[in-house]
Amino acid sequence: MEKTLDTKFTYTEKKDTRSGFGDGFLEVGRKNPNVVGLCADLIGSLKMGAFQKEFPDRFFQVGIAEANMMGVAAGLTIGGKIPYTGTFANFSTGRVYDQIRQSIAYSGKNVKICASHAGLTLGEDGATHQILEDVGMMRMLPHMTVINPCDYNQTKAATIAIADYEGPVYLRFGRPKWPIFTPENQKFEIGKAWKMIDGKDVSIFATGHLVWEAVVAEALLREEGIKAEVINIHTIKPLDTEAILDSVAKTGCAVTAEEHQLNGGMGDSVAQTLVRNHPAPLEMVGVNDSFGESGKPEELLEKYGLNTANIVKAVKKVLSRK
Amino acid sequence: MEKPSIEQLNNICSQVRRDIVRMVHGVQSGHPGASLGCTEFFVALYFHQMKHYKEFNIDGIGEDLFFLSNGHISPVWYSVLARSGYFSSEELSTFRKIDSRLQGHPATEEGLPGIRVASGSLGQGLSVAIGAALAKKLNNDDHTVYVLMGDGEQQEGQIWEAAMCAPHHGVDNLIASIDLNGQQIDGPTEQIMNLLDLKAKWEAFGWQVIETENGNDIQQVLSSLEKAKGLLGNGKPVLNLLRTDMGYGVDFMVGTHKWHGIAPDDDQLAAALGQLDETLGDY
Ligand SMILES: Cc1ncc(C[n+]2csc(CCOP(=O)(O)OP(=O)(O)O)c2C)c(N)n1
Ligand SMILES: [Mg+2]
Repeated sequence: MEKTLDTKFTYTEKKDTRSGFGDGFLEVGRKNPNVVGLCADLIGSLKMGAFQKEFPDRFFQVGIAEANMMGVAAGLTIGGKIPYTGTFANFSTGRVYDQIRQSIAYSGKNVKICASHAGLTLGEDGATHQILEDVGMMRMLPHMTVINPCDYNQTKAATIAIADYEGPVYLRFGRPKWPIFTPENQKFEIGKAWKMIDGKDVSIFATGHLVWEAVVAEALLREEGIKAEVINIHTIKPLDTEAILDSVAKTGCAVTAEEHQLNGGMGDSVAQTLVRNHPAPLEMVGVNDSFGESGKPEELLEKYGLNTANIVKAVKKVLSRK
Repeated sequence: MEKPSIEQLNNICSQVRRDIVRMVHGVQSGHPGASLGCTEFFVALYFHQMKHYKEFNIDGIGEDLFFLSNGHISPVWYSVLARSGYFSSEELSTFRKIDSRLQGHPATEEGLPGIRVASGSLGQGLSVAIGAALAKKLNNDDHTVYVLMGDGEQQEGQIWEAAMCAPHHGVDNLIASIDLNGQQIDGPTEQIMNLLDLKAKWEAFGWQVIETENGNDIQQVLSSLEKAKGLLGNGKPVLNLLRTDMGYGVDFMVGTHKWHGIAPDDDQLAAALGQLDETLGDY
């Protein structure tokens, strides 16, 4: 179906965003000698092996001990290192929240928390691993920057860009092979939303894997004469409120889409921005206060209401509220 | 009820191993390595050692309880739960599939009989087992609480918070075992984060430590569980260092971290099943 559809962005290849992280990590390691790596027994899953091989002295396997990893990372910044920690999103956030809060965020440490297997699309491992609350936890922390790129290329670019930004960053990515539809070697600007498709009827703000679903939804809507604007919110915090308000000033309504709980997610942030500045009808696509479960990524996106069809539905609903 | 013989227990092990590789193959995901390595331990517990009711009751009053801290080895647990009557073995075919009660990691959310707490995020099971053991004491219920952990899992700090807690509170109705297979995801534990002398560590924390030299010999597993039981009731918990071979029972899976968490393909499945007798009937 995606093939025959006239989407404004297309792809020839699918790759996991975690591989974008791994490749970007190696590249930024070559560029910046202060970049160091830490991992908690998930080097293969995080694709950190190439960096470890090339820079064994700048890489620390800490074993299955995430709390210790966060503390050691905080310490490494004292002396100018730029640590990238690697583990699954669940063990990068919930498990080590207080370590991040005190030793990293409150202490203003330049740690890059790199979190794979975020959201439902990790698939069969099930709810214990499928964190859907991480964005909420991280965006609540003062000083924390939260980035959730949409494909391999954008993840790679973000991984490289965050080294040049001074301060704690939460970088969220995933496991499934996903369309690569954004340009290679793109410039990644932290905090700057990317208007991917112009439209006038509705603004779709999407982040992470669901940006692709939004791109497909736009094409489907266009076939019905609805012109949707698609904006890629790769940086959830700081949120590009200007881009959001500009878009909604034009379209008059919005839909948000994310692989996360509705509570505390990117949509919440957009809602806050709208309510405080320019109240407008808003529908939100996300997980509605439930845990995930085992299954295939596509099955889960379908069951939990996160795919293209749900974005289309949300658009129709929000248009009727205009 | 009469206890099964060694031969019968070994036959059950063979079927459980078939279930494990078939389940993981069927969904092309899951963790066969340590599931195979811990098969004798689970079979010894559920078919011989523990007093437990097939009618599942989450509070488990008047019966022994088991907790799995290294939740990724759910295949062996699900098989043993099914084969010991908690649910139909047919349900094993739903493992890790959508709408299943057999989640990738053990969960209570879908109500699978036999599971009392979710696990999968490592390092948490011993603490829960301590709580359940304390509840048994408060209830004057003199049954035993068992828990299994991984050896890589020993790297989690929470394990050592729990290690300190149990002797302090005189939790002497608890038998904790560590699956000492020497492997974790990225490689041998020795290279990833060396555990050094676990026996000395646990003893220093106030535990009575016993060792099972060969955790893939059902007779040895039974005698060390017997021995562990004999040490209960004197104010201290018991720790069982259970040496196993990851992947035991399938020659090409033995002794390597490579099979920690990947599924066999069709040919590998056939080769594995060729080494394991179908003793109780495949699901
Ligand atoms: C808190 C936490 N961190 C990381 C993981 C990912 N993980 C799953 S199994 C595993 C290795 C466990 O090693 P071990 O306890 O020795 O089990 P074995 O490999 O022998 O089955 C890791 C790191 C996890 N499940 N939980
Ligand atoms: Mg191990």
